[in-house]
Amino acid sequence: MKANDTTQYIIQVKELTKQFGTFTAVDHISFNVKCGEIFGFLGANGAGKTTAMRMLCGLSYPTSGSGTVAGFDVVKEGEKIKRHIGYMSQRFSLYDDLTVMENMELFGGIYGVKSRPLRERATSMLERLDFQGEKDTLVGSLPLGWKQKLAFVVATLHQPDIVFLDEPTGGVDPITRRQFWEMIYEASSQGTTIFVTTHYMDEAEYCHRVSMMVDGKIKALDSPQNLKKQFDATSMDEVFRTIARGAQRGD
Amino acid sequence: MRGFLKFVKKETLHILRDSRTMLIALLMPVVQILLFGFAISTEVNNVNVAVVVPKWSEDIRQCVTKLAANPYTTYKGSIAEHDIDRYLRSGHADAIVFFAHDYDNIIQQWKTNATGNPSKQFIMDASNTNVAQAGAGYLSNILTGELQQSASLVETHMLFNPQMKSAFNFVPGIMGMVFILICAILTSVSIVREKETGTMDVLLVSPVRPLNIILAKLVPYFALSCINLTSILLLAHYMLEIPLTGNLASIIIVSLVYLVLSLSLGLLVSTVAKTQVVALLVSAAVMLMPIVMLSGMMFPIENMPAVLQPVSAIVPARWYIDAMRKLMIQGAPFGLIMKDFVILVVMTLGLLTVALKNFKDKLE
Amino acid sequence: MSTNPLAIEVNNISKSYGTIMALDNVSLSVKRGEIFGLIGPDGAGKTTLFKILVTLLNADAGTALVDGLDVVKDYRKIRSRVGYMPGKFSLYPDLSIEENMEFFATLFGVTVEQNYDLVAPIYKQIEPFKKRRAGRLSGGMKQKLALSCALIHKPSVLFLDEPTTGVDSVSRSEFWDMLHGLKQQGLSILVSTPYMDEASRCDHIALCNSGHVLDIDTPQHMVEKFDGALYAIKSSHMFKLLKDLRSLNTVSNCYTAGEYHHLLAGNSFDAKQLVQKLTTQGHKDVELKGIVPDIEDVFIKLLSNES
Repeated sequence: MKANDTTQYIIQVKELTKQFGTFTAVDHISFNVKCGEIFGFLGANGAGKTTAMRMLCGLSYPTSGSGTVAGFDVVKEGEKIKRHIGYMSQRFSLYDDLTVMENMELFGGIYGVKSRPLRERATSMLERLDFQGEKDTLVGSLPLGWKQKLAFVVATLHQPDIVFLDEPTGGVDPITRRQFWEMIYEASSQGTTIFVTTHYMDEAEYCHRVSMMVDGKIKALDSPQNLKKQFDATSMDEVFRTIARGAQRGD
Repeated sequence: MRGFLKFVKKETLHILRDSRTMLIALLMPVVQILLFGFAISTEVNNVNVAVVVPKWSEDIRQCVTKLAANPYTTYKGSIAEHDIDRYLRSGHADAIVFFAHDYDNIIQQWKTNATGNPSKQFIMDASNTNVAQAGAGYLSNILTGELQQSASLVETHMLFNPQMKSAFNFVPGIMGMVFILICAILTSVSIVREKETGTMDVLLVSPVRPLNIILAKLVPYFALSCINLTSILLLAHYMLEIPLTGNLASIIIVSLVYLVLSLSLGLLVSTVAKTQVVALLVSAAVMLMPIVMLSGMMFPIENMPAVLQPVSAIVPARWYIDAMRKLMIQGAPFGLIMKDFVILVVMTLGLLTVALKNFKDKLE
Repeated sequence: MSTNPLAIEVNNISKSYGTIMALDNVSLSVKRGEIFGLIGPDGAGKTTLFKILVTLLNADAGTALVDGLDVVKDYRKIRSRVGYMPGKFSLYPDLSIEENMEFFATLFGVTVEQNYDLVAPIYKQIEPFKKRRAGRLSGGMKQKLALSCALIHKPSVLFLDEPTTGVDSVSRSEFWDMLHGLKQQGLSILVSTPYMDEASRCDHIALCNSGHVLDIDTPQHMVEKFDGALYAIKSSHMFKLLKDLRSLNTVSNCYTAGEYHHLLAGNSFDAKQLVQKLTTQGHKDVELKGIVPDIEDVFIKLLSNES
C-alpha cells in the first residue's frame, strides 16, 4: 500500500463528469472502492462504463469532478496511476505471435519489473496454473479460455494494487469462466482490488459490491444480496432489468 | 435491371458518403498534373556559367554576350584560372568555359583558310549528371552557333516537343498511374471491406448472382475515372498546352479500355485479399511499383537492363503510356498504336475472365 | 414449400480447418415453427455450422437439408428461402436505416411494402429514426435493423448467429421477445448464443463445445434428467471454502457460482456432517441448501463427464 493511503479506499471518486461537446457521457458519479474488494461495474450499452473506466485508468481527463486511484489524483497524476494498476480487456490481451513467456517478459518489462524477479514470478504463476509446459507455445495457438487466464496473469505480474478487467470472460466456456473467477477470488484474498465489467449478470453475483450505471449516472450501488432484497428480485439479472428498463441511450 | 440500378445506387452512396476518399480520388490527378507540369521538371534551366579568358578579343566578347543572353544559362562573370576549382566546389558555377590562350589567333586562321581548331574547354560540375550533360549540350550549341559557316556542324532538331518540356512526357505516365490507383485500389478495397464486415456473407446468401454484385461495384468507379480522364485531358490541353492533335477519339477509346483493365485488376486483387490492408499492400506492391519503375513512365525502357525489358512487357501501363505518348504528343494516327491497343484489349479480356472465374459464390 | 416436417436436418457433418476440427460428426434436426438454440462458448463450431447451412461453406463429410433442400446440390434455391444474420451486425454503417432496408429488399427481389406486415412489429420501433445512418445506432437498434433486413424477403427459415453477443441484458430479453413473435408467424429459427441463461427461451437446445454436440433436448428435460444432488453453499471465507470442499471425497465437484458455490454430492454425502466439519475448519455462517440445477450446471457436468 502507498504511504499516503490513509484511508481504506483504493478508489475514491467525487462528482466525476466527462462531456463530449453537449453530450454528457459520465454524469457526476461518486463512489468508493475498498482495498481488496471485488467491485462489479455494470451498466446498459452506452451507459458510460467505458468512459468512466478510461478516466479511472488515467487514459482520459475528467471534464469536472475529482478522484484518486491507488492514492493518485485522476486529474493530475494519470501517468502514475497507469504504473500502479493492471488492465485487461477482452478485445486486446496478448500478442498472438509471441510465446507465453515472451508476452510475460514484454508486459512485465513495460511495467518496470526487473528481469530476475520477473522470470521467477512468471515461472511460479505458470506453475500454479499448471501451465509451465506451454511457456514456449505461441499464444495464438492456445484456446481462448487459456488466453484469457494468461492475460489476467500478465495484468497482475507487476503486483498492482488494483486490476481493471473489461469484460474479461466474453465468449468463454462456463468451466473456464469459473476458473477465471477463482483466480479473481484468489487475487482478492491476497489483497488485490478487482474492478470488473461484464455482460453476464450471473457474474455480478460474484462481486462483493456492484454498481449499475444507466445514462451516465450510477443508479444503484450495493452488495448483490442487498440489491436483490431492495428490488425484491431473485437474480441480479432481474435487478438490472428493473433499473435499466428506462434507459434512454444506447451505444 | 431495376435491381441492378439499386445496387449501383448503393455503391454510389458509399462513395459519396466517404467524402475524404472521394476528394482524394478527384483531386489526386489534378494535383499530380500540376506538380509534374509546373513544379517538378527534369529539364535543366539556369546553368551557371563562368568564363576564364586569358586574353580578351572581339570574338570572345561575342561568345560571352551570347552566354549571358541565353535563357538556359546564367552568366556569372569572368574569373581567374586558379579560381576554377573554388567556383565549382562552392556551387557558384556549374560550368566553366576556358578559352585557349591563342584562341584569337586560331579563330582568325580558321576564318581565313578554314584550318586549325578553335578550341574551348568546358569544365563541368558532374555531381548532378543531368545538369552536366544538359549544360554541356547547351554550351556547345550556343558557342558553335557563332561558327555557322562550319560544314562539319551537326544541326539537331527537336520534333514534337521542341522545348523538351518534361510535362509532355509525364502526362501519359500520370494517366497510367492514376487510373490504376483509382480503379484498382479503390475497387479492391471496397469489395474486401464487405468481406471484412461480413456484409459479403449476406450478399452471397441471396439469390442475386455474384456477377451482378460485382458489376454494380465497378460502375461508380468507372464513372469516377471518366471524370478524372476528363479533368486530366482538359488540364493537359488548356494549362500545359499539350496539343492533343486531332486524336481525341482515339485517346478516349484507348483510355476506356485501360479503365476496364484497371477495374479487372482490382477485382482480381479482391478475390485474393481477405482484409483491406492486404488489398492495399497487394495493389501497391503488384501494381504501383511496376508502373513507376517498369512502365517507361520514369525510366526509358530501352535503358533498362536486358532482363527487365521483357518483364516490363507484362505491365499494362507500359502499353497504355506508350500509346498515349504517341497519340497525345506525336499526334500519331490510330494505326500506329494498333499494337499497343491490341495488347491492352487482350490483357483486359484475360484479366476480366480470370477475375470473374476467381470470384466464388462460396467462402474459402 | 416442401412437405418435409423438418426445417433443418443435419446428418453427421464434419468440417476441419487444417488440423483444427471445427465440427466433429454433428447431427441435429429442427422442427418447423420452433426456436432451436445452439448454445456453447467460442470455438464450439456454431459459426461454421451456420455457414454450412446457409450454403457459404461446404462440409468435409455428412449431409444437411434446409427446408427439405440439400445444402450442396440446391444451394441456389436455399439462398432465396433463408434469412441470415451473421455474427457481426452486417449492415452498411454509411447507409441509413431506410437505405439498408431498401437495399436488402432489392437483394431478394422484393419491396419493403410487400412484406411490411412480417417486419412491422420490429421495424416500427426503429422507423421513426429511418433517416439515421446505421453506424450511429445503439446496439439494440442495430439488432432490430439487422433482424428486419434478414426478414424482409419473408424467409421460411431464419439463421441468427450470436445475435445477442455483447448486448446488455435488457436488449437481449427484448430480442428474445421479438423471436417469439416471429415464431408465432410460423418461422423456423436456428439461433446461437454463448449465454447459457438464454436456453430457457428456446424450444430445443443443443449444448456444444469444441466441435462436439454434448446433448440435445428441451431445456426443461435437460435440467430434469440431471442426475445427482446439487447444493448451493456459502460461508464467510468463500475462497477457502472452495479449496476445503475440493479436498473432500464426499464431494464429486465444486465450483464458483456467484454468491454461493455449487456442490455436486458424491458417495455417502451428508449435509449435516459437512456443515459441522466446515465449522471446525474455521468457516462461519455456513449455509447449505439443495437447489435445482440450471443449464450451466448441466453444461459443466456434461463437460466434466467428457474429460
